[in-house]
Amino acid sequence: MATIWVYLETNPKGLSKASLEALGEARRLAGDGRVTGVLIGSGVGALAEAAGHHGADEVLVADDAAHADFNLDVHVHLMRRALDGAGADLLLMPVSVHCRELSARLAAALDTGLAPDCVRSETVDGTVHWTRPIYAGKAFETVTPGGSPGIVTLRPNNFEALAPDTGRAASVTPLEATIDADRLRLEVREAVAAAADKVPLTEAAIIVSGGRGMKDPANFALIEKLAGTLGAAVGASRAVVDAGWRPHAEQVGQTGKTVSPVLYIACGISGAIQHLAGMSSSRTIVAVNKDPEAPIFKVADYGIVGDTLEVLPLLDEEFKKLLA
Amino acid sequence: MKIAVLVKQVADTAAKIELQPDGSAVKLDDVQKVLNPYDEFAVEAAIQLKEKDGGEVTVVNVGPDSADEAVKTALAMGCDRAVVLRDGEAQGLDPAGTAAVLAAMLAREEFDLVLCGKQAVDDDAHLVGPAVAERLDLPVATFATSLEVADGKAVVGRDADGIRETLAVPLPAVLTCQKGLNEPRYPSLPGIMQAARKPKDVVTLADLGMNPEPRVARQGMTLPPPRAEGKVLSGEIPDQVKELVQLLRNEARAV
Repeated sequence: MATIWVYLETNPKGLSKASLEALGEARRLAGDGRVTGVLIGSGVGALAEAAGHHGADEVLVADDAAHADFNLDVHVHLMRRALDGAGADLLLMPVSVHCRELSARLAAALDTGLAPDCVRSETVDGTVHWTRPIYAGKAFETVTPGGSPGIVTLRPNNFEALAPDTGRAASVTPLEATIDADRLRLEVREAVAAAADKVPLTEAAIIVSGGRGMKDPANFALIEKLAGTLGAAVGASRAVVDAGWRPHAEQVGQTGKTVSPVLYIACGISGAIQHLAGMSSSRTIVAVNKDPEAPIFKVADYGIVGDTLEVLPLLDEEFKKLLA
Repeated sequence: MKIAVLVKQVADTAAKIELQPDGSAVKLDDVQKVLNPYDEFAVEAAIQLKEKDGGEVTVVNVGPDSADEAVKTALAMGCDRAVVLRDGEAQGLDPAGTAAVLAAMLAREEFDLVLCGKQAVDDDAHLVGPAVAERLDLPVATFATSLEVADGKAVVGRDADGIRETLAVPLPAVLTCQKGLNEPRYPSLPGIMQAARKPKDVVTLADLGMNPEPRVARQGMTLPPPRAEGKVLSGEIPDQVKELVQLLRNEARAV
């Protein structure tokens, strides 16, 4: 019977969506086995209950004001301490900048396998096969990380969180949170969160993305407006990022972020192969482009051939009516 | 300052990816290959540090013979020398194995700073930088979009999913580089001429006393399923927009 651990990430609103999805996946894979969540941070103890509602049997909590900002050295150290001798078979983590470095460092420290950015799991003869995109989604590989625990990071929007069951309670075990100062080499000098209402691109359920067809950086106001109406994140093509119109953090594609939202609205993006690689696993794709031959239409579920600057305000108006 | 830059040769991002008939691997023979785009930022950062404070930049690579081209690009940009592992037994190493080999290669010398791209754009694992740091027991800062080195410390700025962070690590340290850190230079003609004459050490797994085992079992590869034929709407634009919103609500259930 499997014992599955889940490293839980938090944001100002609580457990991150991707963490809830990881808990759901852990619960499904564990069957009658045990799901253990780990919470490290400041003021995170209060979230243990929610972790229980979403599938954890037990939650280990290292709650310390000193850990308000994510410090990789702290999290590696505390995770190793917690995992030592605990008999975890598998450790699931969400995909994020912090979890990427934490999972890679932990896997090397424990000399176990890591399967990053997985989007699907399948159990074959008792072994879990994990599928992950490579070449930014131009191909997929299926792998099983070895060792105890094998580590798997899960891309947001690909696994189902459980509906919260307030009748489910997790036991809470405090984790010793103090660390020898000589283990801390990394210093976090500043950590400033973006506006709380800003949705991270990789977690967003809806992305409104703009390219050269927006004609001028100022016209991205139209994209931001629609994104605001839909509670969506703003994305951009490499062309407009390289031109300095938009920050690199918004770039979707092979040298930017690979995303798989429920809805991707591509505005004035022609669809270079690098861009298509980064977004073609989105569930529903809408393309708005003046050029009916643009490659973006080959992956789009719905297309409008027209000037994106004309379409965007109308779309915003229609969605406002729909969502009112 | 002694700086090592870890580089990988990858398929050009414009390349179409196809699989071997048995689905065991990607067909790479006829694909244009380049220096991993994120490694270019690492090479540029290393050369800028050398230009400012002096020192030596060593390119470190594990790969097939064809990866010499990527090494040559880094040397032509301005790195000083190369250490490469060429060994048939190292072909097809998983990223963890590659990181272990790179760490062993680095451990043969003393470096103040080890730089690499945040990810290779083929396996997209984001693994090598932090794993090398762990194996060498060094601090690591990843996804660097700004870098200052002074007073024995590297100060790195980065974006962590919407959190703007400033991190400081004492040297020696490992840093992984993200787009935005700098504008990588193109190799100059004299640079290209000189690259072939720069010193290059070739080592094997036996030289390192290593026989890395994979940490991840590979079951195979697939191509993404083709997407179903889409619907291109017609009519007046305002009517198309109304139809689109209805389709997204009632057919796709996306909003």
